[in-house]
Amino acid sequence: MEMRTLKNGLRVVVSPERTAPLVTVGVYYNIGFRLEPQGRSGFAHLFEHMMFQGSENAGKMVHIKLINSSGGVLNGSTHYDVTNYYEAVPSNALARVLWLEADRMRTLKVDDENLRNQRDVVKEEVRVNVLNQPYGGFPWLDLPPVAFRNWANAHNFYGDFADLDAASLNDVRQFFATYYVPSNAVLVILGDVDVDEAFRLAQQYFEDIPDGKAPVQADVTEPAQTAERRGTVPEKFGTLPAVAIGYRAPARRTPDWYAMMLLDQTLHGGRAGRIYRKLVLEQQLAVEASGDTGDLFDYNGPVQVVTKIIYKPEVTADQLMAAYDAIIEDVRKNGIGAEELDEVKVKFRSDYFSALEGGRGSGFPRFGLMHYLACFTLFDGDPKLVNTIPDGLNSVTLAQVKTVAEKYLAPSQRSIVFRLPAQQEAA
Amino acid sequence: MATAASNPSRSEVPALGPERPVIWPRRYRQRLKNGLEVVLVEVKTIPKFTAELYFRRGNAAADLPGLAEMTATVARTGTSRRTSRQVEESLRRWGADLSTGAGADTSAIGFGGLSEFSKPIMELAAEIAREAAFPADQFERERRQKKEELRIDRATPGFLAGERIRKVLFGAHPYANYAPSDAQVEAYTLEALVAFYRANYRPSGALLLAVGDFDAEKMLAEIESVFGDWTGAPREVAQPAAPPPARGRQVHLVHVPGAVQSEILIGNMAITRLHPDWLRLALANNIFGGAFNSRLVMNIREQKGYTYSPHSGVNALRQYGFFTVNAAVRNDVVAATLAETFYELDRMRALPVSDAELADALQYITGVFSLGLGTQGGIAGQLSVVLLNGLPEDYLETYRERVRALTAADVLEAARKYFDSAHAQIVIAGDRTVIGEQAALFGDVDTYDPQGNRI
Repeated sequence: MEMRTLKNGLRVVVSPERTAPLVTVGVYYNIGFRLEPQGRSGFAHLFEHMMFQGSENAGKMVHIKLINSSGGVLNGSTHYDVTNYYEAVPSNALARVLWLEADRMRTLKVDDENLRNQRDVVKEEVRVNVLNQPYGGFPWLDLPPVAFRNWANAHNFYGDFADLDAASLNDVRQFFATYYVPSNAVLVILGDVDVDEAFRLAQQYFEDIPDGKAPVQADVTEPAQTAERRGTVPEKFGTLPAVAIGYRAPARRTPDWYAMMLLDQTLHGGRAGRIYRKLVLEQQLAVEASGDTGDLFDYNGPVQVVTKIIYKPEVTADQLMAAYDAIIEDVRKNGIGAEELDEVKVKFRSDYFSALEGGRGSGFPRFGLMHYLACFTLFDGDPKLVNTIPDGLNSVTLAQVKTVAEKYLAPSQRSIVFRLPAQQEAA
Repeated sequence: MATAASNPSRSEVPALGPERPVIWPRRYRQRLKNGLEVVLVEVKTIPKFTAELYFRRGNAAADLPGLAEMTATVARTGTSRRTSRQVEESLRRWGADLSTGAGADTSAIGFGGLSEFSKPIMELAAEIAREAAFPADQFERERRQKKEELRIDRATPGFLAGERIRKVLFGAHPYANYAPSDAQVEAYTLEALVAFYRANYRPSGALLLAVGDFDAEKMLAEIESVFGDWTGAPREVAQPAAPPPARGRQVHLVHVPGAVQSEILIGNMAITRLHPDWLRLALANNIFGGAFNSRLVMNIREQKGYTYSPHSGVNALRQYGFFTVNAAVRNDVVAATLAETFYELDRMRALPVSDAELADALQYITGVFSLGLGTQGGIAGQLSVVLLNGLPEDYLETYRERVRALTAADVLEAARKYFDSAHAQIVIAGDRTVIGEQAALFGDVDTYDPQGNRI
């Protein structure tokens, strides 16, 4: 893998793998929903939609049409700290993909009608994923307002409808001018490509995009948490109670962080994980129990290790929490077993390979590798850090896991949200 | 800075380069003496492998809806040699994942993990296939669990619409059973699960497909040693009742009180993958609503903003296939969405597609077909379709040229046969007090509660 920086500050990362005639391209911008303007909740995501609405030389639907008719697929997604646009295509379409991405990095060409249209589309997206679904948005939209004090971390990332309605074309232009500059982005090219040819094409299409000014990154720090925080959200459609518990996670790429990743796997690693085993399989208090620390390495600010549980209606919240606390207190007091640590290290290594190879279904080769290369470049300036993950995990000791459990899984460091059925099911 | 005029690359779409050949990897095929068909593919993208053991009997072959699925679920909860906890912790130790499940036509054990542990992972998969213990307490737990899960499913609009369209299209045929009722789950017995398992988890006619970083000959030897001494064939299945004949357009409303969106699912009977029209229909579907760059998406999403993810698809089961169009729309545009959807369906039937639209679609279909080449799972996915449907051995290799031979006349013919708007069945999961009048514009309305009772 190799990285070069163009004159306008755009970083380009190329990693060839020429077995199959496919390339994966990603353009990542260092802007996510944490940094959207106050009074404009949901804007980073709405803006992502606008990036498909037309650029100087490729009008509305042209991006989609050109990628599809090249035999490829495309999408975009908004995260806490990054927004990405990506394509997987037969390798003979590489120049076309780069041309399209460069065109919309250079100039966004959208109008009021485009904005009205995508605002409607986004509202239906929010309805289909959140407002009209049982447990919709649980807990990714429920926890932040309880857990965090800084608006950047605590607001509704999908957007209040009033804020979406208030978004104007001027907001779109300003957001684009501020954050969508080459020096705030990285271009990743993976797969069936010659390294020099890839850099040459990147230079040809991207290097004369004006460099703009690197945006000032807003403060996303959180004040230290000193006591447990609790909240309740009504569940409109589901008839089972649910709860989510989030603990403040260690800073990324620190020894504590690696230890926490393995502790997380011990607690939440599928049916072998302690929480699923105890609550669903053995004590049978819960119907579903899972958890994670979000996507590996793709955030650059406060984040939580989250457990989500849907439990049986005959179980009280206190019973459920007592059973959960017993699991947590056990790892805080006794740590985990030596064999258990070895096992989760193997499982983590195995999952890591799969994440790099695919990571977003089998129809999108190397999505995971693209994602990590881009995030390491944007946050740390070095895509090669992707190779340090396996060693970082391997070096974790039993003592470190116990220390991290004691420190980070303390009750004072957690936030709890209950999602309770608004009406009990009719008998 | 260069201007658009001085830099032709700025306004001109770059042409596609010369195509690199798409080469599907070699398949090693062998039928063991016991009738187990083994297909192995070496793909060394990562030091792992993925495998699937398919038995060609699923929920449609079981005595109660969902019984095959429950059999598969309980099969992983203990073997003659390992408890449930030992199964799960063994998998973790080998960096492995394992899933058991059943669709309408197959029961399957999916497994995979680090290549260095392929032998013990294979042995565990074989234990689950051959020596599942069916512990009574695990069965009772899974049965209670299933009933709770169904409560969540039946509060989910997409699930409710999917369940209703299957009932409407398939009537007395077992494909009508998308999920069991509470009473049906209650009627499961441990004896019935064990009987289904013994009768249908048999090697003869089963398929073991493995793709990954391994040496095929060595892998075959491992498979022989683990599965070679297993015997038996699955029991014969009685011919099921035929689905009802096509009937006039009608609305089937699943009432979801308080719904703030309406889940629309339109369906027609179609064809299986073995039907000579399959590729024609796939192409027509693609142009109508199968791709992002399709007429349906362009109309009701990009022009009208009614919905986020409209989509059409052809769902091929072994014995029958069906065509569906799906969109979750805001409540005040239910009628408008149906009007636009039928307009687009009828336009596909009335007028041939343009040469440009056809060329784009051909390029899309053939291109995305090859994207699976990039991952072990992608190759396994494509191959399983070929093998489970008994498609020709060179299906993957000849796919592109067969698709590229299709014409606008093929698309028109497929649309006329299968986009049968006059007989389309319209399912809507939504709040009848809000959308009932709009729904009634499109046919007689039958209304159901989420449990499936007529109301």
